[in-house]
Amino acid sequence: MSTSSPPLDRAATSVPAPAAAGRRTVGRLLRSELGMVFRRRRNLVLLVVLALIPVLIGMAIKLSSNSPGPGEGPPFIDRIAGNGLFLSLTAMVVVLPLFLPLAVSVVAGDSIAGEANLGTLRYLLVAPVRRGRLLAVKYTAALAFCLAAVLVVAAAGVATGAALFPVGRATLLSGTTIALSETLLRTLLVALYVGVSMAGLASIGLLASTLTEVPIGAMAATLTLSIVSQVLDSIPQVSVVHPYLFTHRWLAFGELLRDPVASGELWLGIATQAAWAAVCLALAWARFSSSDVSS
Amino acid sequence: MTTPALATSGLTKRFRGGQLAVADLDLSVPAGSVFGFLGPNGSGKTTTIRMLLGLVMPTRGSWEILGAPMPGGASQVLRRVGSLIEGPAFHPYLSGWANLERLDAADSLANPRTSRQRIGGALERVGLAAAARKRYRAYSLGMRQRLALAATLLQPRELLLLDEPTNGLDPQGTREVRALVRSLAEEGATVFLSSHLLSEIEQLCSHVGVMRGGRLVAEGTLAELGAGAEPRLRVETPEPRRAAAVLERLGLQSASAGGQAAEATLDGVAPEKVTVALVEAGVPVRGLIVERPSLEETYVALTGEGFDVDQ
Repeated sequence: MSTSSPPLDRAATSVPAPAAAGRRTVGRLLRSELGMVFRRRRNLVLLVVLALIPVLIGMAIKLSSNSPGPGEGPPFIDRIAGNGLFLSLTAMVVVLPLFLPLAVSVVAGDSIAGEANLGTLRYLLVAPVRRGRLLAVKYTAALAFCLAAVLVVAAAGVATGAALFPVGRATLLSGTTIALSETLLRTLLVALYVGVSMAGLASIGLLASTLTEVPIGAMAATLTLSIVSQVLDSIPQVSVVHPYLFTHRWLAFGELLRDPVASGELWLGIATQAAWAAVCLALAWARFSSSDVSS
Repeated sequence: MTTPALATSGLTKRFRGGQLAVADLDLSVPAGSVFGFLGPNGSGKTTTIRMLLGLVMPTRGSWEILGAPMPGGASQVLRRVGSLIEGPAFHPYLSGWANLERLDAADSLANPRTSRQRIGGALERVGLAAAARKRYRAYSLGMRQRLALAATLLQPRELLLLDEPTNGLDPQGTREVRALVRSLAEEGATVFLSSHLLSEIEQLCSHVGVMRGGRLVAEGTLAELGAGAEPRLRVETPEPRRAAAVLERLGLQSASAGGQAAEATLDGVAPEKVTVALVEAGVPVRGLIVERPSLEETYVALTGEGFDVDQ
């Protein structure tokens, strides 16, 4: 993380360390947190389940005799038999309403409440870790998990699609045909957009996690909110709030499959996530920085 | 006078429910002392420790740790403080080693280059080196307690806040922990030790503070706390009446005779003078005991007997 080596063995002295060392070791806690998130069996199971979705869809299409017609089933499913790379996109649409929010809710909801529940929070704080720093590390790790989750879905989709179906030039929604490399790039961009789309939900999970010492409660609350938001998004009578819902532009990644890419909706989607994250992180900080840690 | 290792002034905590957990606590823990923090369950000991460490925000009052005003100085000063708060707490699926690594990573000023060596040293010192790679989940209660103690040894500490450090340990482990606390104190660390075990406090501590109902009801050196009550002299003899008469003649207060013994408070009279006087008076003496009031008696006198919970 840093290039300079420390001149002193600080363990043996009480000399305050230079700022550079402080910066380097901020990375140390983040690395420790990432290790915890990505080595935890429960989280790995979540990733495996996400990876299985495109595999299941691909096998179902391969094994069934009558292929779905246009407009039947999830978006793009009719195109998979022609081009396996569309499997990633179909899988993304399938995991978006529930599986992906579930995985994100579990990790983000567990972030602070899990430590509080184990009692490890008190020992972290007296290590000492500033509360703001701990929130930042926890949120960063949750975002990393979001990205990992969508990349797993995309990669499993590409791999399964390539294994079961022909791949090659793809026809976009706008009718243009693009090369294989371009298709892969756009698949990656779709994954990244969906990953960023989870930023708001992850911040809600972090906020919920500062409100309770029961991790399952924070997880359930976060997942429930994502479902409530999607339900609201489907009711035309409340269309006035639709643009502000953090789930509203989750499916806007379809814009990436046009030529030229209509990026307006995508940027609005990213801005929506940023706004939700800003508000929820501020609330989480306000709550966490002043709360009594009695667990 | 040197700066106390720990000083509080009017520290008060009223929980949201209105319960007054700690009231106007003025505590001063001299640097280099081993301070025993005594009190019944629910007397505010743990809340006090949590407040000192910045985990619970006081409603009123101020405090300093190692001369640094808190909670502002927390990020600088807490790394010089090792603490054991209400028992061990670690990630069950990580090994003892990995758990300590995580705590070491959390301290942003800890040197990652010496991390290995410091973790190894700490585990060695509490006798966990052989179980370092075992999952915490598989640890016995005693091993968990040792791991929590190892965590307090990751850095050279000037102050140790230990909440019931021998809780859950077998007699062997208890002795080891006491030896560890002694050696840390000998190295110059101030130790703030909360315990229910009066014998432990008597063995280890130079100073004592006693809490009751959220208030500090006594504070001082162990000797000062015991000094409230005079030592008593007990003479075992088949002729207690004659013995009591001798004791009265020597000016000892409240001499009494009963059964096979005579008793009196010593009032500063040297016990050997009493022995000589008894022998000269021809009293057959079978035994002569000077009983100092134990910390337990003092403690019970201060905190009350029985099961009443104050709040």
